[in-house]
Amino acid sequence: MTDIEPRTDGGLEWTYAPAPESRAIVSFEERYGLYIGGETVEPRSGEWFTSISPASEEPLAEVAHAGPEDVDAAVGAARSGFATWSELRPAERAKYLFRIARIIQERSRELAVAESLDGGKPIKESRDVDLPLAAAHFFYHAGWADKLEYAFPNRRPQPLGVAAQIIPWNFPLLMLAWKVAPALACGNSVVLKPAETTPLTALLFADVCRQAELPAGAVNIITGDGSTGAELVRHAGIDKVAFTGSTEVGKAIQRELAGRGVPHTLELGGKAANIVFEDCALDQAIEGIVNGIYFNQGHVCCAGSRLLVQESILEPLLGKLRNRLSTLRLGDPLDKNTDIGAINSRAQLDRITELVASGEAEGAELYQPACELPERGFWFPPTVFTNVAQSFRIAQEEIFGPVLSVMTFRTPAEAVDKANNTAYGLSAGVWTEKGSRILWMADRLRAGVVWANTFNRFDPASPFGGYKESGFGREGGRHGLEAYLRFEG
Amino acid sequence: MEQATTPARTAEPFEPRLTRIGAVDAVALEARAADLAKRSIKRGSKLEALDLIVRMIDLTTLEGADTPGKVAALCAKAMRPDPVDTSVPSVAAVCIYPTLAGEARRRVDGSGVHVASVATAFPSGQSPIAIKVAEARAALELGADEVDMVMDRGAFLSGRHAEVFDQIVKVREACGPAHLKVILETGELGTYDAVRRASLLAMAAGADFIKTSTGKISPAATLPVTLCMLEAIRDVHVETGRVVGMKPAGGIRHSKQAIQYLCVLHETLGRDWLTPQRFRFGASSLLNDVLMQIRTQKTGVYESPDRFTVD
Repeated sequence: MTDIEPRTDGGLEWTYAPAPESRAIVSFEERYGLYIGGETVEPRSGEWFTSISPASEEPLAEVAHAGPEDVDAAVGAARSGFATWSELRPAERAKYLFRIARIIQERSRELAVAESLDGGKPIKESRDVDLPLAAAHFFYHAGWADKLEYAFPNRRPQPLGVAAQIIPWNFPLLMLAWKVAPALACGNSVVLKPAETTPLTALLFADVCRQAELPAGAVNIITGDGSTGAELVRHAGIDKVAFTGSTEVGKAIQRELAGRGVPHTLELGGKAANIVFEDCALDQAIEGIVNGIYFNQGHVCCAGSRLLVQESILEPLLGKLRNRLSTLRLGDPLDKNTDIGAINSRAQLDRITELVASGEAEGAELYQPACELPERGFWFPPTVFTNVAQSFRIAQEEIFGPVLSVMTFRTPAEAVDKANNTAYGLSAGVWTEKGSRILWMADRLRAGVVWANTFNRFDPASPFGGYKESGFGREGGRHGLEAYLRFEG
Repeated sequence: MEQATTPARTAEPFEPRLTRIGAVDAVALEARAADLAKRSIKRGSKLEALDLIVRMIDLTTLEGADTPGKVAALCAKAMRPDPVDTSVPSVAAVCIYPTLAGEARRRVDGSGVHVASVATAFPSGQSPIAIKVAEARAALELGADEVDMVMDRGAFLSGRHAEVFDQIVKVREACGPAHLKVILETGELGTYDAVRRASLLAMAAGADFIKTSTGKISPAATLPVTLCMLEAIRDVHVETGRVVGMKPAGGIRHSKQAIQYLCVLHETLGRDWLTPQRFRFGASSLLNDVLMQIRTQKTGVYESPDRFTVD
């Protein structure tokens, strides 16, 4: 057998071009007021804060900090907005939602660049995932607006009223779409509070509403920190709370709402198990593992942060995973070749750093590929922990960063036991070529979503939500509508 | 009773551990290939990449109408692709039918351009093995130094894997030190699982290169099928240290496509495979497109296709 001749030339030095998406397409205003009753208004609190780009720490815009009076004004505007909006013919409501969906599509480059600038996520993700899905959610729910009677036959569905919606910083515009689209489709009005670190795409969305000539008060957007959110939940004028964020805040919201009769849905944290069986398509499973935990820097509530590997393939799997990690490109979120962008905030970076240190202290083995971190901004390299025991903090707590904890199992039953051994239950992944085993596992996994041979896939028609401390209620699909309706029949 | 022994060739290349045949997930494989196709390379690297693509081309003519005259023209083009710009290198090889190997050898001798001859009842592979071996041997005697054999898909698809293996081993032995490329004809295999199995089989039997297609069947080379084969090559390399080359062939007509293949190659096997010793393009019309792009990179303007020779 002849082996191939040794290389006679030096091989090509292969470098990718910086391929930055132009940021000229977005022009932020210097200051953004609150969007209340279809108008942009100065905050009565008189307070402002700055939203920065986590990749460069440069300030992007000043944003109003809504105080109690502002919250009151927003809820008041939503109340009168509800009167108009809920009385519209359902087909008219659909028309506005279709309009919003189309405007999002038309402005998708601008919104994608804004999302990457404000939140730090790679442009290829905001361009290929966040924006198309956000538009899809509006399209999907526009279709339901005049068909609610068919979704819930003989139950006479009615809107709830004013929906208070608080969304996180990991998918700012997409979470907005998940909340606003079903609320509007069902005839509710909305007071939305985006996250403190990523308010800008929500404020651009206010402009989208204006462009769509949405009736005043149907959507109100107030910006601020946790205190603004708490004020909103406390307000007596709200009829519904929808929250996506940490389990800790979710519990506080539940305490606040106890006894008030305000229906609420909570989509909270997760510590998903990504379970890889020895008969899987290994190279594609590697892609799924990488997508599961490094997508959006691991700032994903349903991230596959616990990798459960059948022990018989641990070694080849880790070899391939390390090899793959070395090809990940970390850096400028606006570069189209970037795989891993910036950590969303200094506070989050500190939390990730602290948990990774705990993992090392508890005796897990850390692996990070050689990877240069930019000087300014908040960055964390892709990280893999092996030799992780179920009892370690990194196996139990949600890290919300690009950190994977690898554990092993021997039998399907053991995989189920380990996967379910968590306070959370948002999602899980199963990698096997055996169809019957996928179904067997899905029956037993206590998780709201079970992905088979893929991960982090979303569709507006597919309900999403958690078990246990990952929250309750579903978003998307017919189930998601139910959370914004009351039934008279 | 005689003890069954593992044939030497199955055991040898896969030490210390049998390469996992495993499975391939079509959806995820295609998604990965599509994702890699979106990478853009540095402007400075582009000219180098185009130069490399020229050096990786097996300039091909495989027609019933091929004549010594046609092959002579092809060889001239192979040795000096761009008569105006002498800095453009020669291609890796010319790829022709066995009867024309002698003509090709006379034309390219001493130029460094290899003569690759298809053999083993190309393109179907449906001939008795003795004839296939004789054909490979004849091609070499006529002057070929690389043999592109076709895998017997009839045997493979009817589950006679051992027979496929034995055939490749026999041709391998007939080839001696000459380079052996095994054409899987992925367009006839139906699934990526089958492509992966065939790739591992061909490598185990002693292929120096694995090649996607004859060019006679559609689909020929695609990005996902190439990724699938490169992953098999990587697994064999990781497990055994053996180096096997890759040749996508058919359907690659534009520089942009060729660069996408190099991206997939680079991401899967790294810099060490970015060389004609380990990667080839089976193509004909690709060359002129690359020449046009090289000219454009150098001069900043697109020139008329009439300024590039048609051979």
